Amino acid sequence: MAELLRTHPLMAWSRAFERLPEPVGITVEPFVATADVRLASVGAAASEALGVDLPTVPNTWVPTGTGRAVWLGPDEWLLSSTTETPEQLEARIRAAVLPLGGSATDVSAQRIGLRLTGARVRDVLAKGCSIDLHPRVFARGSSAQTSLGQAGVVLMALSDAGDDYVVLVRSSFAGYLADWLLDAALEFTTTHDS
Amino acid sequence: MTSPFRTAEGGRIDRATTLEFTFDGQTHTGHPGDTLASALLAAGRHQIATSIALGRPRGVAAAWAEDPGGLVQVEEPFPEPMLLATTVELSDGLVAHGLPGQGRLAEVADSARYDGVHHHVDVLVVGAGPAGLAAALTAARSGARVALVDEQSEAGGSLLGGADRLDDAPAMRWVAAAVAELAAHPEVLHLQRTTAFGSYDDGFVLALERRTDHLGTAAPKQVSRQRVWRLRARSVVVATGAHERPVVFADNDRPGTMLAGAARTFLHRYGVLPGRQAVVFTTNDSAYDAALDLHGAGVRVEAVVDARPAGSPQRREACERAGIPVLPGAVVVGTRGVERVTHALVAPFADGEVGAASPIACDLLLVSGGWNPAVHLFSQARGRLVYDETLGAFLPGEELDGLSVTGAAAGVLDLAGCLVDGQRVARAALSALAVEPAGEDRLPTAPEEVVPAAPLVLWRVPDTSGAEGTTSFVDLQRDATVADIARAVGAGLRSIEHIKRYTTIGTAHDQGKTSGVLTSGITAELLGVPVQDTGTTTFRPPYTPVAFAALAGRDRGRLFDPERVTALHDWHVVAGAVFEDVGQWKRPRYYPRPGEDMAAAVLRECAAARTGVGILDGSTLGKIDVQGPDAAVLLDRLYTNMISSLKVGSVRYGVMCGVDGMVIDDGTVLRLAEDRFLLLTTTGGAAKILDWMEEWAQTEWPDLRVHCTSVTEQWVTFPVVGPRSRDVIGAVFPQVDVSNEAFPFMTWRDTILDGVPVRLARISFSGELAFEVYVNPWYGVAVWERLLEAGRPHGITPYGTETMHVLRAEKGYPIIGQDTDGTVTPHDLGMAWAVSKKKPDFIGKRSFARPANQDPLRKQLVGLLPVDGQTVLPEGSQIVDFLADGRLPPPPVPMLGHVTSSYRSAELARPFALALVKGGRSRIGDTLHVPVDGALVPVEVTGSVLVDPEGARRDG
Amino acid sequence: MQLIECPWCGPREEVEFSYGGQAHVPYPDTPGELTDEEWARYVFFRDNTRGRFAERWHHSAGCRRWFNAIRDTATYRFERVYRLDEPRPVTP
Repeated sequence: MAELLRTHPLMAWSRAFERLPEPVGITVEPFVATADVRLASVGAAASEALGVDLPTVPNTWVPTGTGRAVWLGPDEWLLSSTTETPEQLEARIRAAVLPLGGSATDVSAQRIGLRLTGARVRDVLAKGCSIDLHPRVFARGSSAQTSLGQAGVVLMALSDAGDDYVVLVRSSFAGYLADWLLDAALEFTTTHDS
Repeated sequence: MTSPFRTAEGGRIDRATTLEFTFDGQTHTGHPGDTLASALLAAGRHQIATSIALGRPRGVAAAWAEDPGGLVQVEEPFPEPMLLATTVELSDGLVAHGLPGQGRLAEVADSARYDGVHHHVDVLVVGAGPAGLAAALTAARSGARVALVDEQSEAGGSLLGGADRLDDAPAMRWVAAAVAELAAHPEVLHLQRTTAFGSYDDGFVLALERRTDHLGTAAPKQVSRQRVWRLRARSVVVATGAHERPVVFADNDRPGTMLAGAARTFLHRYGVLPGRQAVVFTTNDSAYDAALDLHGAGVRVEAVVDARPAGSPQRREACERAGIPVLPGAVVVGTRGVERVTHALVAPFADGEVGAASPIACDLLLVSGGWNPAVHLFSQARGRLVYDETLGAFLPGEELDGLSVTGAAAGVLDLAGCLVDGQRVARAALSALAVEPAGEDRLPTAPEEVVPAAPLVLWRVPDTSGAEGTTSFVDLQRDATVADIARAVGAGLRSIEHIKRYTTIGTAHDQGKTSGVLTSGITAELLGVPVQDTGTTTFRPPYTPVAFAALAGRDRGRLFDPERVTALHDWHVVAGAVFEDVGQWKRPRYYPRPGEDMAAAVLRECAAARTGVGILDGSTLGKIDVQGPDAAVLLDRLYTNMISSLKVGSVRYGVMCGVDGMVIDDGTVLRLAEDRFLLLTTTGGAAKILDWMEEWAQTEWPDLRVHCTSVTEQWVTFPVVGPRSRDVIGAVFPQVDVSNEAFPFMTWRDTILDGVPVRLARISFSGELAFEVYVNPWYGVAVWERLLEAGRPHGITPYGTETMHVLRAEKGYPIIGQDTDGTVTPHDLGMAWAVSKKKPDFIGKRSFARPANQDPLRKQLVGLLPVDGQTVLPEGSQIVDFLADGRLPPPPVPMLGHVTSSYRSAELARPFALALVKGGRSRIGDTLHVPVDGALVPVEVTGSVLVDPEGARRDG
Repeated sequence: MQLIECPWCGPREEVEFSYGGQAHVPYPDTPGELTDEEWARYVFFRDNTRGRFAERWHHSAGCRRWFNAIRDTATYRFERVYRLDEPRPVTP
């Protein structure tokens, strides 16, 4: 039989994203293996077992060699890996944290990622996000679980200039959030005479 | 039309550009910078409308949002009711007409865009007058993050309507320099046309920005017309100025009667003479500026009528030089004229007594009774107000954390004082935030002002007209008068809040901006109590009206409520599915073929699932991964039945109850490993049940080593249902032995399809042989299409939620939330078998033993079969019983319960229903009645399982 | 829009939180041994304090953690928040 083809929830939005001008760039992040990791305490043993230092400062994320580790709660992280399949990642992390009393769950398809880049994307986000995104407050390495429009998101800052973010959103809300972002970006997409 | 009252020069209008507009069917012209009101005044038109109750002519009485007279409806560029002519910026092609108090909503959808923006600052300054600008400059110079918002089209506040000088130059030059300096600070947000309309907790201020209204039909479509700024400030500086207060006298509502300061504004800002022949009636010195400025512009000022016995010694000389007669110790007791004032009736006034009146001809009557600081935002923030005897006004009476008031809003009424106070307040705010002010923070020099003579607090002039206060208007928008207040007091009302509601004063469009304090003063006089004791009514947001569309912002149309969809959504759309909303989810309800209505489609889909094979997108089911050594312990405590005894590889149906013993959700549990379970919840219960589990795990049993993670979107779920489902599953997943022996009911198996992990489960929500297919939604469409392909020889039929409901109802499977309502126990549902008797405790168990839960007359879930074999009972219908004589009991007829689910059954070839009925199980076999469209439909009570009660079909 | 201080995430808008009622009302150790009235007290009865009140809050749209707060029911002011593993603060 032929290989099973993947479909992305935002396939139908790709043309609209491509048409956006540089100040409000939106691109769909590729599918990536992601595990929700639960661990009561993080120490040398955890770092050793996972091969990554999970961030312990609330509302931060760190790059790992092959993905990102995002703080979700005092005992909860998202750990992504671009080099493993979802089941490989879950199996590896689960094996690593089980002896430490932790757990790991494959959530690769639970959320999709959007990358927002450009000089005005902070203004777009500010239309639906109540937390302070000023780079003085929300610089590279910051993350937050919060609401964007009416969707729950995990928001990450990738730059210190307020011009590069990743938004993770539940897959079922992806279309809503894509529509919302396009609507919020509209005023930055055309000149006043069009 | 010409603009005979336009001055030859001056004003902040663009005379090089002419705008044409239509008011009440007449075409006029104006200029950019005009408001509708200023352009109408320039055309010589004062009357805007007639009043709501009495039909009296009313005109422009102020220059901004405090105007109680000039209510208009705009028709073009878009119909909008209840705007003030004084706040509508003129645009080319504007069409408007006057309103007698009530507007009309547009009958077409508003095509404009609206939005909201969150913005965080250290210091928010509200008001760009002298105090606000001084405060904003001081804050900006420190490097702090600052927002300055102001409701006018340009900065300047009171300076826009005056002729003040700063640094030996027109004050507006300083304003321009200040605005330019603010623009150069990268951390300053400066918004004009932006009204801070509400002040809330923790430095939260809502402000409405009118972004494109002034552009009229030229407004760009992709830019929001209005925007609500959701400002969060560590410190708020309120510099909102003051509203001039009128004095009440008989017939004080005739068009041409105007606040003195407003006349100055029309002259200086808009280049408009509001009349040619003026009388100025005042209780304080500020109105002398209006008299002198209008005189300088060519208006014949017939008299300054000053209620104070000695008038203003400071201002008398300037008036004499200009040849303006000053009448100290005098008041205006009334007016003449109909559509426009023709005379002011002036009388001597001493010790509260009014002498004989004589008319002075005029077409403009200016009034000033002093100034009311605009304390709205301070009061909304729950700041206490105190009455100031000298000003006759309420002032901020306490310091609030994070909110300070400056300038005229704090009772500082001179220019130099406002500048100094603005800077002082901003420095204090910075200091509280531990921000160092900049070294260089110079204020402009204001010319020294003569200390004004003390004002007289005068709320009303005794009515000598014979009308007994019935034409002495306090609230022009409500046609409420001194007589109305007197009647309220006479009726025994004492509280200003009660008087407001009795008289309706302050409840109109302007929310009492000019009438509120007057009412306090007049009420205090009538009651013989101090004004402080009367107080004010509560200031509530919004400060000025805000359109619902602006508050809704982006949350309109398809963004009103998020639409959640599954990975298969596009497939469903192409397949022609009719969708229904299940919570926020869009689910296919049925897939009609050409010519089919819902009933026909559902009968066809049901028949396919019962006799062949059907397939459903069940991906919306809530899914929760539960892991940890104590996972089974937690589930034993939360489910009514035993979960810990479930074997790995098996599935169990479970019910959850609240502590009150009432069912909150149901679903299946898959044991994936000794320490791992996958829970399926109802579509609507997914978030609630995760919350519920985490609440118990975190707050009650933190010692349990267990974690719950939502995986609702991690798995698509496709029930493949019907006698032929085994063939389909066997064909698509050849590595799985799908025989009953190898893969029995209520078990699950993992397999691999082209390298992709797939989980299969023998779960049935229809009673038929069925397999649920779980796979990562990345591959959802591909796997769905494989299943369809394999099912084609068997006539596989996609079915929607309606068919799912019929199939489950035929089997008596309840839908939590449809067949239950929060008062239903598992026993009521006939599910005592799902309630463990072995477990010492679980959530809800103790409540089952309460007497109310033992009552044999509790409502129980039963089936109903309409005896006529035809009627589909409407869900929600009541159920009644006849007396022994076959007649209805006398009213009120006892209600035995209601129909919870009702469908047409292909299998039964008749309609059927589920219902909650008092003592239902003991009534099985009885005939009850259901009122439908005025007739009583006899129904037979049955068990809730109507199809395959023996359960013979589940294994195929 | 009030700000509520999540012990982990810091101040967030109140709409990110959900309310969990009175704090420090433990689930009874042995519900089966309680009288109907004692059980009803646990299920249905809570204090209705004017003034300082110990409450449970959930940062439902954020880190999803439950915490406790002392809040003044008359002013709505949160006087302090504390984690579930911290003792109830002594208030004057």
